[in-house]
Order: sequence, then structure tokens, then C-alpha cells
Amino acid sequence: MPVQTFNPDRELLIAALQALRPPVLILTRPEELKPYECDGLSAYRRLPLVVVLPETIEQVQAILQICHTQKVPVVARGAGTGLSGGALPHEQGVLLSLAKFTKILDINPKRRTATVQPGVRNLAITQAVDHLGLYYAPDPSSQIACTIGGNVAENSGGVHCLKYGLTVHNILQIKLVTIEGELLTIGSHSLDSPGYDLLALMTGSEGMLGVIVEVTVKLLPKPERVQVLLAAFDDVIKAGAAVGAIISAGIIPAGLEMMDGPAIQAAEAFAQAGYPTEAAAILLCELDGTHAEVSEQLLRVHEILIKSAATEVRTAKDAQERAILWKGRKSAFPAVGRISPDYYCMDGTIPRKHLPQVLQAIHEFSQEFELAVANVFHAGDGNLHPLILFDANQPGQLERAEAFGGKILELCVAVGGTITGEHGVGMEKINQMCAQFNRLELTQFHAVKAAFDPEGLLNPGKAVPTLQRCAEFGALHVHQGQLPHADLERF
Amino acid sequence: MSEDLSQALQAQVQAAYAQGRTLDIQAGKSKTWYGNPTEGEILAVAGHSGILNYEPSELVITARAGTRLTELEATLAAHGQCLAFEPPHFAETATLGGTIASNFSGPARPYLGAARDFVLGCKLINGQGEILQFGGQVMKNVAGYDVSRLMAGALGTLGVLLELSLRVIPKPETELTLVNTLSTTDMLQQANHSARLPLPLSGFAYLDGQAYIRLSGTEGAVKQASAFIGGTALAAGTNFWLSLREQQLAFFQTTEPLWRLSLPADTGVLELAGSTLYDWGGAQRWLVSNLDALQIRNTVAEYGGHATLFRRSSEPTPVSPSVFQSLTPELMHYHRQLKQAFDPKGLFNPNRLYLGL
Repeated sequence: MPVQTFNPDRELLIAALQALRPPVLILTRPEELKPYECDGLSAYRRLPLVVVLPETIEQVQAILQICHTQKVPVVARGAGTGLSGGALPHEQGVLLSLAKFTKILDINPKRRTATVQPGVRNLAITQAVDHLGLYYAPDPSSQIACTIGGNVAENSGGVHCLKYGLTVHNILQIKLVTIEGELLTIGSHSLDSPGYDLLALMTGSEGMLGVIVEVTVKLLPKPERVQVLLAAFDDVIKAGAAVGAIISAGIIPAGLEMMDGPAIQAAEAFAQAGYPTEAAAILLCELDGTHAEVSEQLLRVHEILIKSAATEVRTAKDAQERAILWKGRKSAFPAVGRISPDYYCMDGTIPRKHLPQVLQAIHEFSQEFELAVANVFHAGDGNLHPLILFDANQPGQLERAEAFGGKILELCVAVGGTITGEHGVGMEKINQMCAQFNRLELTQFHAVKAAFDPEGLLNPGKAVPTLQRCAEFGALHVHQGQLPHADLERF
Repeated sequence: MSEDLSQALQAQVQAAYAQGRTLDIQAGKSKTWYGNPTEGEILAVAGHSGILNYEPSELVITARAGTRLTELEATLAAHGQCLAFEPPHFAETATLGGTIASNFSGPARPYLGAARDFVLGCKLINGQGEILQFGGQVMKNVAGYDVSRLMAGALGTLGVLLELSLRVIPKPETELTLVNTLSTTDMLQQANHSARLPLPLSGFAYLDGQAYIRLSGTEGAVKQASAFIGGTALAAGTNFWLSLREQQLAFFQTTEPLWRLSLPADTGVLELAGSTLYDWGGAQRWLVSNLDALQIRNTVAEYGGHATLFRRSSEPTPVSPSVFQSLTPELMHYHRQLKQAFDPKGLFNPNRLYLGL
């Protein structure tokens, strides 16, 4: 499959967009395009040909029809908080911003649903239904800024997905515009819909199959009580074992997070959460449910943590202390940003039992590449966020950080995990897709793409690598847990 | 029982591809009556069975598609775990593959999720006889399109499932069923009201003027919620939910057509002649009725739902309506496109889901 090239006529494109009635906001001057040059992964930057900011579904349809007719690539963008370069513009394309779609269209307490435009922020949904005793469960750490359209495109998770699932588990219906400008309603307000589960297929499809213009989410009742425990360990392996022990005891915490020494120290310096800075690892365990349920589980988790050789177990006394404990965890990224000029956030997921080996290997990679690393980990569901510290101003460091990150992801695949748990493939992990999937599987993905977008105009070059790219990358598909560079002995 | 038949199955699919023959995928034959009639050489998956990986602390089980549900559930139960979506079996031969292919879920579905929600990964044979693997054995995985979940409910029309990885959950510590005598309107209101509260609900059904409410969780949580909801505790609660799930209640013993109506949670009483059993807090309704298919479908569609002819009349009928509610032409177009992408020669279970798929 050849790498696609696009040669749209910029003047013709702008003329067609300007002819739309009612008029659509179009940005064309370099200084106007600049704010759109990257998303949350700022290592990759490009300017699009134009940025358009439609306000209605009809305008989105018209824009896509123009792009389809003129063979112009289209990259959809929500808040631009994504961490994998999924919203990185195409130099020959239109950057379609959904930023003006900020209306909450309907809140239905009886159905426990909210229907919103794609530019509505994740947290704004919860805030809008708070008075009804309801909330929207997925809570990516960027929830204050990230938008629901982007959440659907990335199948976002968050701290609470161990118990409450990912975006795919928490939406009922989307409206989507195809590259041909057709409006599709996918899913329904019922719990299931006839035909193929296109809702699942679209969730996490990274803007490759259509543009999401409306989302109906499920709302959950707010738990009666929430409680947080902090446990400190003198060894990350013991902390990992404690996670397994809690889950084996039949308890599914609402959140179960781990941080290692460097992450604890950075977070403490930044947020003064009262973390034990001498600990090798801490676990934060959130329990929620009814009063009785939380009381029972608190006792049991406390006991398990002590048995798992925690050096300290603390229960937040009140909502304020709970918020402070979480603040440390939630500010881990900016905290690391303060101690290092740059950091590179990874997103692999592994079966939890492999945690000790993977952490050991990350430690060894850290020495090999001479770059420090801080580990933040959604421990309950095995989603690792190693933060590789580097300085982009030092020659070669960015390349070393990327190579280090690539090694971590390939290791995640080798132990039966995945290269991305919740941040998406985007531009960033396109090469590692060649490690996770073989050519037949990638070909099947391309066929799915072609079912919706045969000309490959939606977000070209992202999410699924061409076979040619994999060949150039060195095609290190990992099969049956065997890396071609059989270096599994290292752990 | 454990045997790997993937090579033989692949060879049969490749031969069918080469010769342009269609295949009728079968495993436990527990649901052959479900869906529209299909035609083809039988592709027998039942022997391709065995649990491949199960580590209770990871909350994930991986098994071959022909593994019987009974074996899977017994293995999980031995470690205090279960399938949250409580799949109906309909026969003891029911397999994992058929369960996922039909996306059948039991009474806990509105509260804990459907079969598709627990699918983490799969291995399949596509229509060109290629063995492909998607998803994985971890809960969070966004690499590539979610092909595994797309297989749930596709009735085998996109590929032959070989292996599936499912998320499992700890078995609830306690379960309690409460019975309350209520009018249909009051019941629907209560179902919606209680779902808005932080209660450990795991079932809400209504039959013959009685609401059956199931609570699952820790002992304290169930006790607290049962005091709040009130009603008579049903000693044979477990049996009731099992009979409901397996359609063994007297309600289901009929020769007339059985319709499955899937509706938004707040839908009121529908004006459809026949007898109705409410499940899923009113979001799934079983209707035994001789009404015209179009009338049922139009009524349900008005409320944003859809109707499935779950079991046909056992009396011979001149014209059998399509089993599934029709799609808009636009959606049907993309269904055909996807079918083409996975099964270009249309080998697998032709027409079973929709005519031409």
C-alpha cells in the first residue's frame, strides 16, 4: 500500500469554504493557524492549510462534502489535549475544530442520560447533572479541559475505569458525519441496537472513520460514600503484590493507583499532599458505594495492606484530606514537568502479574539510555504511565527518550499487554503498532477504514501504519510473547 | 475438554473461499433457532475448546470459542468469580463463541453491562481464511479498531470466533430478591427511581403484578438497600432469576411468537395486545403476541426502541418476518461495507442477521 499523497488546491478549497451559507469561521493566516499546530503531544508540530470552526451539524456536513469532492484530508480536533498526536494537523488538509459545539442539548434524569455536543468538556457534564445526584463516570486526568467528542474518539479512561469502565461502556448513542457528509445515528437511547455494534467500532477510532457531532452518555448515581486509603511500601514489588491481593479478595476499588519513589517525590514537592517521600511506592485506593459497603471494604482493604507489608496505611479523615491525597496523584504530570525541562509520557498496559519484571526492565532501560524515569501507574487495570525525563535542548535527548519509550512499549506487547491503554496510537505510537499487529491484522484494519473512508481522507497517516511504514521500521511484530530480539532474559 | 482445531477450521474456510461455498457456523447448537434462516456447509466449532489462560487476580479469562459456558462458569466459580453479564445458556451445550456472537445478556445487564462490555480480545478467522488477533487480555487497550467488540452480536457474519478473552468479576458476597406487588405504572416508576439511587441493584423484573428486585453486594450493602426498598424476601430468588434468564418461566411456554423489545429506560406501558414480561427495569420486555410485525416495530420505534422476533411461532406461518428491526439505508450501506471488509465472498452465515449480509 503506497503512502498517500494529497495535492489540494488551497485557493479552490478556501473559495468553496467561503461560499458556505451561513458563513463558517475560516482561519487561513499563519498566525491564526499556529495555535492548532499540535495537540498535547507537542513534540510533533505542523500547520494545516486551513482551520475551520463550524457551529452546526449541517456546516460539518457541507465542509466534509467539500473535502471529499476536492480530495482534501481532514483532521478533527476537540480540545487538543490528546497525548498521542491524534489531532496533529495535516499540511495538505483542513483542521476541523469542534470547539464551537459546546451545548448540552438534553439532560434526561429518568433515562439517566445526557445528550451533548462534542465540544462539551468532560467535567462540564458531571457538573451539569450534579444536582440530580448523577455523574458521568470516565474521568481522564485532563477532564477539566478535554471534550467528550475527543473522549469518544480516543475511548478515554481515567482513574475510575477499573470499576466503571471506559468511554465505550458509558455511552449510548453518537451522531457521526461520514467523509461523504452523510449524518449517521449510531446506537440508540435503548441499551442495545440492531445490527453490528458500530458504536463500539467508532469508539476509539481516532477520527479515522467519521466526525462525531453529538454524543449521548450514560449517567450513574453518585455513590453514597467515598473513602481513600494511602499505603506506603519500601519496595514496589510488595506494592504490586498488594494490588493483586485486594482484587483476589473480591474487592473492585473505584480507583487503585500506584506511584514509585521518583513520582512520589516530585508530586510531594509540587502538591504537598503529605506523601511519605521516603517510600519506594505508594498505593492510593478509593472505595465507593453505600455507607455499609464502604465500611466493610475499608476494614478488609486495611487488613490486606498490612498483611502485604505496607509500612504505613492512612485513611483520609474527610473529603478535604481525600482531595489532597488525590491532588498529588492527579498533578503527577505537571509535578514531573517542574523537575525536568521535558518529559515523555508512555501509556502501555500489561497483565498486572508482570509488573515486577516490567518495572525492573524500565529501570535497566533508564540506565541504558541515561535518562531518569518516574512511574505513575493505574495499578488496578495494569495501565502504566512511565514518565521519561529529558531535556529537548540537549542534542540527542529527545531521540533517546523516544527510543526508551519505544522499548517500554515493545516490552508491554512482549508480556501480553498493549502499546496504548488510553492515550491512543495517533502519530506517536504508529511504529509500535507494527510490533503489536502483523501484516494481515493491519490489512484488516485498513479494510475497516476503507469501509467508511475508501479514499483515506480522514486523519491520514495516523492510528494504523501502512505496511510499507512497518517494513521501513523493521517490522518487529511480537508473536506469542517472543520478541525477535529475544532479550526476555533481562527480567 | 481441550483441543485446538484452528488449523482444520482455517482449512475449511480456505476451501470454502476457494470454491465460493457458504458456511453455517455452529458450535453447541443451543441457539440455532435464533436469527434468520441461513444456508451453508456446517463449520463445527464445538470441538475447538478449552480454557487457555485464567488468572483470577487479573480478572481475565481466555478460552477457545467452543468451550462450554458451563465449564467456563464452573472454573470461575471455583475462584469466587463469575461472568457479570449472566449469559443465558438455552441448552447445556451453549458455548462461549455463540454467547458472544449473539451478545446475549441476562437480568444484570442494565446494572453491570452486556456481553460486549466484557469482551477484551479475540482471535478469529476472517472470510479469506486468515487467522487474526485483536484486542488482548488487558482491560485497557486502545490500539487499533475495536474489532473484538464488533464481533459481539454479529452472529458470526464477520468471522469465525476462535478465542475470546473476557473480563470477569468477583461473585457478589450476598444476593437477595425482594418481591413487591405493584401496578405496571408504579413498577416502571420505581425501576427508574431506584436506578437513580446508589443501590446495589442487579435485577429488576415484573410479571403478573409482582416486581422482583435483586440486590447484590456486600452483606451490609444488601441489608441497607433491602430496608430502603422494602418488600418480601423471596427464598427461591436464585431460581427465579435463573428461570427468567433461561426462559423457563410459565410465561415463555407458548406456541405464539416471542418478541424481545429493547426500549429506553423511561418508556411507559405500550399499547400492544399480548402478554408482557418486563426485565432490565423495563428496558427489555418480552412480548408474546400474534400482532403484525410491522405494528410492533412501528410502536417500539416511536419510543426509540427496536423489536426482535426472538422465537418464531411454532405454528407454520405463511410469511415469516425478518427477525431484526430493519436499519436505515445509510446504516445498511455501512453494514454491507463492513461485511465486505471481513468476508468479501459472503461465506459466513449468509442472511442470518440481515438479508444480503
